[in-house]
Amino acid sequence: MKKITIDPVTRIEGHAKISIYLNEDGKVSSTQFHVTQVRGFEKFVEGRPYYEMPAITARICGICPVSHLLASAKACDAIMAVKIPETAARLRELMHCGQFVQSHALSFFHLSSPDILLGMDYDPARRNLLGVLEKHPDVARDGIALRKFGQQVIEGLAKERIHPSWTVPGGVNAPLDGAVRDRILKELPNARDIARRTLAMFKGVLDQFKEEIASFGNAPTMYAGMVDAAGNLQIYDGRLRFRDAEGKILQDQVAAADYNKFIGEAVLPYSYLKAPYYKPAGYPDGTYRVGPLARLNVADRCGTPEADQELEEYRQRFGTVVTSSFLYHYARLIEIVYALERIGALLDDPAILSTHVRAHAGVNSLEGVGMAEAPRGVLIHHYKVDEKGAIRWANLIIATGHNNLAINRSIEQVSRRFVDGKKLKEGMLNRVSAVVRAYDPCLSCSTHAAGQPALDIRLFGHDGSELDRLSS
Amino acid sequence: MPLHKVSIRIDGEYVEAREGQTILEVARAAGKYIPTLCYLAGVSPSGACRLCVVEVSGVGRLLPSCTTAVQDGMSVTTNSEKLARYRRMVLEFLLTERNHYCSVCVSNGHCELQSMAAKLGVTHVRYPYTYPALPVDVSHPRFVLDHNRCILCTRCVRVCDEVEGAHVWDIASRGIRSMLVSELNKPWGESKSCTSCGKCVQACPTGALAEKGWAVEEMTKSHENISRLAVKRGVRV
Repeated sequence: MKKITIDPVTRIEGHAKISIYLNEDGKVSSTQFHVTQVRGFEKFVEGRPYYEMPAITARICGICPVSHLLASAKACDAIMAVKIPETAARLRELMHCGQFVQSHALSFFHLSSPDILLGMDYDPARRNLLGVLEKHPDVARDGIALRKFGQQVIEGLAKERIHPSWTVPGGVNAPLDGAVRDRILKELPNARDIARRTLAMFKGVLDQFKEEIASFGNAPTMYAGMVDAAGNLQIYDGRLRFRDAEGKILQDQVAAADYNKFIGEAVLPYSYLKAPYYKPAGYPDGTYRVGPLARLNVADRCGTPEADQELEEYRQRFGTVVTSSFLYHYARLIEIVYALERIGALLDDPAILSTHVRAHAGVNSLEGVGMAEAPRGVLIHHYKVDEKGAIRWANLIIATGHNNLAINRSIEQVSRRFVDGKKLKEGMLNRVSAVVRAYDPCLSCSTHAAGQPALDIRLFGHDGSELDRLSS
Repeated sequence: MPLHKVSIRIDGEYVEAREGQTILEVARAAGKYIPTLCYLAGVSPSGACRLCVVEVSGVGRLLPSCTTAVQDGMSVTTNSEKLARYRRMVLEFLLTERNHYCSVCVSNGHCELQSMAAKLGVTHVRYPYTYPALPVDVSHPRFVLDHNRCILCTRCVRVCDEVEGAHVWDIASRGIRSMLVSELNKPWGESKSCTSCGKCVQACPTGALAEKGWAVEEMTKSHENISRLAVKRGVRV
């Protein structure tokens, strides 16, 4: 058996490598996706007061600290057993919408647009954001401006763009300033124009990627995502829904506290990343996907007019259950439209300026689960505390974790389609990396990491010898 | 009885002082800046942090200005390259001794250790961190003690003993093993002498003693009331 290793996988958040095993004929026999870091957050938080958890767990990630802040704060709300003020919930959602815009913009423009606009086989030295800036300067500028808008929403609310301390157990620690609202509303139309332009551009180039759409991880899986009581897309509040590959709802309105009735976690011997699965189907049959593609498969509607219109067109093109992981990009762009519409709706309501934004309480429940949709998918924080409020046990399930089994399957599928023979070609391995990027995995989050550059692909022969290696 | 006056020289300037005053008191009255951490106006000085060290002519070692009394004819240097170096070193040792992670601390932005490190130019730490495994005492209903953030300045010990009169706190063990303990090393929440007045929390320069429930960056403190209370009781500040 021969083995190819891609180490490190580039243009993703965190560090990973891929091993591709070939049989004696040089055909792909199996693949493995390794996440190569361990971080230990769940262990070292033991003994800390629960109300420090939002700040500590936000350090898991520099890209989506806001998502961790929210999931953690919600778990703390549950420990305090309080209903946070309505305005606080809306302000948290507002910040999360800013987070979706900036994170999705980062994923699409900065990390994936080089593959989409320059092509999978483009010179790897220039297949990056600078290459896009050279060839498609307007698109690159749009990407930077859109990400900046999202960051400014976060900064306007929380005073800091990264790791803000504004989200606290019980709500948020300062109300929204009217001047900040006006500033965001003034910049919103430009951000919405960028989102529209980008969607139109993406739809225009879709035809060039028929092969990728057909083979980029379209193996059937289940899907999980949060919806509200009416089945609309929800990113801050809401309950979990699972749909199967045919679109049948398997479970609906699962409360955060009940997540472990339906989600099990398997340990893989070749990766530090655990592999969650849908419990009733068992491991590994319970493979499900989360994130933009899954959210749009799970929800009936987005619930905002423009995003719903885009969702309809998307479903007309690819069906009500969209399977190809390449279309994560498409779903991500629709979600940007949704998040921008929500920002407008939330800010237009005068109640958003209410100064009642925090509830106070001590430990009223010894266990709390917080769930939110991070840009990359469902994020769950589960804490147990003693009666004095010290963390006794913590479990975090990160979006990329939910996708672990699906990413493994997608890599295998893309490898079988594009990798052939004993000599690696850059373009074929880039497709393997690109399918990983489509999921926009955040590996530093997923193993809750340190050091090293980002993906490394290695090709091993049937006798175990390394035939070739590509790394960045 | 008339107080004896002494005459000393601080950074070359002649200054008059009363006998029994410390170098720190006299220097501050003369408008000189000497950095301190363990010093708290209104309670007795302890000389614990060594940040206020000064040079005294004819003395071969550096002396803590908060506990050294002035003597007639003394010549003191409050700021020099050597002192700046030693003071930075003191802070670096404090930072390596425990687990001071500002980013997740309730006192981030309001911490005397943090602001002092910034003020004295501690841009990095040259010594290996010790990363001790230390507990957090959350047993008190209103307050929390995080040993990871304690610099053993003993302000809490002194304020509880001298101002509140409860004497809940003490330092157990010696050297690197020194630990702040409540009563005879019982959990704080089980202390019968603690009046829950919160003076120790207000006196604490870092996030080691804090009110429960405040998230990161939210714990602000003030020890002006402690000093004011001490003055009302006749303590000379």
